[in-house]
Amino acid sequence: MTNHEKQKLKDSLFSVIGYIATFSGLLILAYFLIDIFIDGFHRIDIDFLTGFPSRKAENAGIFPAWVGSVWILGLTVIFAIPIGIAAGIYFEEYAPKNKITYILEVNIANLAGVPSIIYGLLGLEVFGRLMGFGGSLLTGALTLTLLILPIIIVATRESLKAVPQSLRDASHALGATQWQTIWYQVLPSSMGGILTGTILALSRAVGETAPLIVIGALAYVDFIPNSPMDDFSVLPMQIFNWTSRPQQSFIINAAAAIIILLAITFIMNSIAIYLRNRWQKKIQW
Amino acid sequence: MAKPVQERIIELFLKGSAILTVCTTIGILLVLLSESIPFFKEVSIFEFLTDTEWTPLFTNKRFGILPLISGTLLVTLISIIVAVPIGIIIAIFLSEYASPKFRKTVKPMLEILAAVPTVVYGYFALMTVTPILQMIIPNLSGFNSLSAGIVMGIMIIPLVTSLSEDAMYAVPKSLREASFAMGASRLQTAFKVIIPAAFSGIVVSVILAIARAIGETMIVAIAAGQQPRLTFDPTVPIETITAYIVQVSSGDVPHGSLEYKTIYAAGITLFILTFSLNSISFYIRRKFQEKYQ
Amino acid sequence: MKTINVFFISIFALALVSCGGGKKEQSSGNAQLEGTITIDGSSTVYPITEAVAEEFKKIQPNVRVSIGVSGTGGGFKKFGRNEIDINNASRTIKAKEIAACDSSKIEYIGLTIAYDGLAVIANPQNTWLESITVEELKKIWEPAAQGKIMKWNQIRPEWPNKEIHLFGPGVASGTYDYFTEAIVGESGSSRGDFTASEDDHVLVQGVASDMYGLGFFGLAYYEENMNKLKLIGVDNGKGAVKPSLETVASKEYAPLSRPIFIYVNKNAAKREEVKSFVEFYMKNVSVLSKDVGYIPLPDSLYTKELQKFQDFIK
Repeated sequence: MTNHEKQKLKDSLFSVIGYIATFSGLLILAYFLIDIFIDGFHRIDIDFLTGFPSRKAENAGIFPAWVGSVWILGLTVIFAIPIGIAAGIYFEEYAPKNKITYILEVNIANLAGVPSIIYGLLGLEVFGRLMGFGGSLLTGALTLTLLILPIIIVATRESLKAVPQSLRDASHALGATQWQTIWYQVLPSSMGGILTGTILALSRAVGETAPLIVIGALAYVDFIPNSPMDDFSVLPMQIFNWTSRPQQSFIINAAAAIIILLAITFIMNSIAIYLRNRWQKKIQW
Repeated sequence: MAKPVQERIIELFLKGSAILTVCTTIGILLVLLSESIPFFKEVSIFEFLTDTEWTPLFTNKRFGILPLISGTLLVTLISIIVAVPIGIIIAIFLSEYASPKFRKTVKPMLEILAAVPTVVYGYFALMTVTPILQMIIPNLSGFNSLSAGIVMGIMIIPLVTSLSEDAMYAVPKSLREASFAMGASRLQTAFKVIIPAAFSGIVVSVILAIARAIGETMIVAIAAGQQPRLTFDPTVPIETITAYIVQVSSGDVPHGSLEYKTIYAAGITLFILTFSLNSISFYIRRKFQEKYQ
Repeated sequence: MKTINVFFISIFALALVSCGGGKKEQSSGNAQLEGTITIDGSSTVYPITEAVAEEFKKIQPNVRVSIGVSGTGGGFKKFGRNEIDINNASRTIKAKEIAACDSSKIEYIGLTIAYDGLAVIANPQNTWLESITVEELKKIWEPAAQGKIMKWNQIRPEWPNKEIHLFGPGVASGTYDYFTEAIVGESGSSRGDFTASEDDHVLVQGVASDMYGLGFFGLAYYEENMNKLKLIGVDNGKGAVKPSLETVASKEYAPLSRPIFIYVNKNAAKREEVKSFVEFYMKNVSVLSKDVGYIPLPDSLYTKELQKFQDFIK
């Protein structure tokens, strides 16, 4: 076999491996979804979505839980995305490339590895007690923001890094300031990658339980939050609570709640993916 | 030419956001040290680092952190072995082989894997994966690090894939075209041109994946067991640092007691462990980095 | 950009939906109280408090009740910092926690609200075990047993020469503490080589799928899985007793019936809504605890506890 033919063979082989790997991933996802749908889909009805927790599984609903999840997602987005992107921009575009910056880089990767429950302890002390926000949505959102910030920052940095320096140089040559260059040239080009990071980060946030339990998220709440200072519950908490009950009917409730949680995540991801697709289309160089 | 005021304000905001990360780290260290320091007044650091048993909640108390460290490292290793090769293969496939339509459809679906609540993953590992594995490995215990590690790996795949893939996608077309023009196959191009160009992004995705694995709590709490044990045998129950922290903080142990303080000592150990691993990873990255214009 | 508008409109719509309150019900009788009651603590006691809160809402719809599950320890910490009104506790308050309350000048009262029966469970295919004595349980579970007592016939020679597979709650849980104190004699004192899990479902699954399994967990979990498990009688010297509503309440099933509690902050109890809630609690928990798998105290004890509370807040 000629070298060329050998390469072609390896190429095709890899293609097959790639297909298998990708489809394995999708297969596992399909397994999850089908399994959970079979268990829980029939339980979902308007009463379930607008009902409150109850000791009787048939009467129990997830109204406070899913509204809480949406609230906390919204608040976290408001805090985490601007701050995360800003920090990423600073590290990549402004910070001098010295030892301190290097240490800060390692530091951010560290923060990505701190268990979420420790963020809960931090959030409880700083936001809950020190700043007096108590066990509110605000505390929860700020805590989750800190938790997911590293992912957004890292994704932002990497996207910014991928923009060729020539683009920046050309912009400066035309008289633009540093910020103008970033805002009009660099950032739009890197939005795709930034959005990926955001998607992954928010997906993490929406499924977190442990830190929220620590800061004071509730398992039973008989009202819907009206403001960021209200107490709250979230879907993962309700799910975790129900899976630990003896009655089998609660397990079914949990499966139904998981479907709703995945649905919320899916909607959120879809918005970001749509934005990502629109942005990445624009890049031609 | 001096920078206009507007620029300065924006730069200040950016800098402030960056400094927030430092504040977070300081905050975490303060929280951890506030209870670790009193802990180490009662338990010697030497004992903590060298004893081979961890039994703070039993009457015969031993405070050796090694079993929890080995548990954490074992699960992390297994999950990385699963996530990194598969994740990168998928990333290469999506970036270099698949059609844009395929990529657009499949990538979001894989990202949903990252959104599945970790509680669900935990039960999946315990109720589905372990029984399946028990058919292949008869001695496999009900709680073990193999199932937990594999499932954690699955959860982390989107992290590796999406970030690596974005990095590869961002490599200028001109590089690919030049490589093809010289007669290289897609595979050769992928491994010899694209990956080196996207190396920074790929390595960072792996670093994040490792960090995520070390800090993961629920999957191991549910499926890996609660028996701290100094071993690298993936078929037996173990306990990770994170599972231990969750177990104690949500349990009936009185806050403020020595037993409760152990979670802070465990937490700070984890922090130092992550820091060491990250430092090594970043060092490796710096050595092999390349830049393309 | 039209799509951005769609996006914002949907967020706005969502916000409107969220801002609408819950269902408002007509109340009957009692004066309409208002206020908020904050409760936290054990996830074991939680289902009972949830049931009470659920029923309480029907007669006092304007009182907001919220219940967290930070654990008995976490709950006591918040209780000691005056952050919550009531703590769900699966054990009595401990010295450090009492000290915290003292330094925050918090007066409190602990009320027993129900029993949690701990069932000793084996696999239905286990033909040799009908009942077990407390001494035998001790022999199996005490620290000295680790690595040594590994087979059934080491307890009684007529039992099989096969391994015992032990299942039990995690060592940070109140259930574990209580079991070890009652059986081994010291809280936290047991062998380390058993399959531990915080999740009772896992324990159920473990014993149900293992012929040589032996475990202990809350009675409620046995009752929900009766067809998969075998209930074992415990002999405390007066003959083998199986846990049931009657035997646990009468304390005939001993020593594995543990009392569970709520702790109430005195200042909080002076608020009308909290007082009303606690009184409602003590008057109704007898029925409600059964609903969620726990065992009520004898009526006379509830009357006593209620009286204790009313005297306390005078």
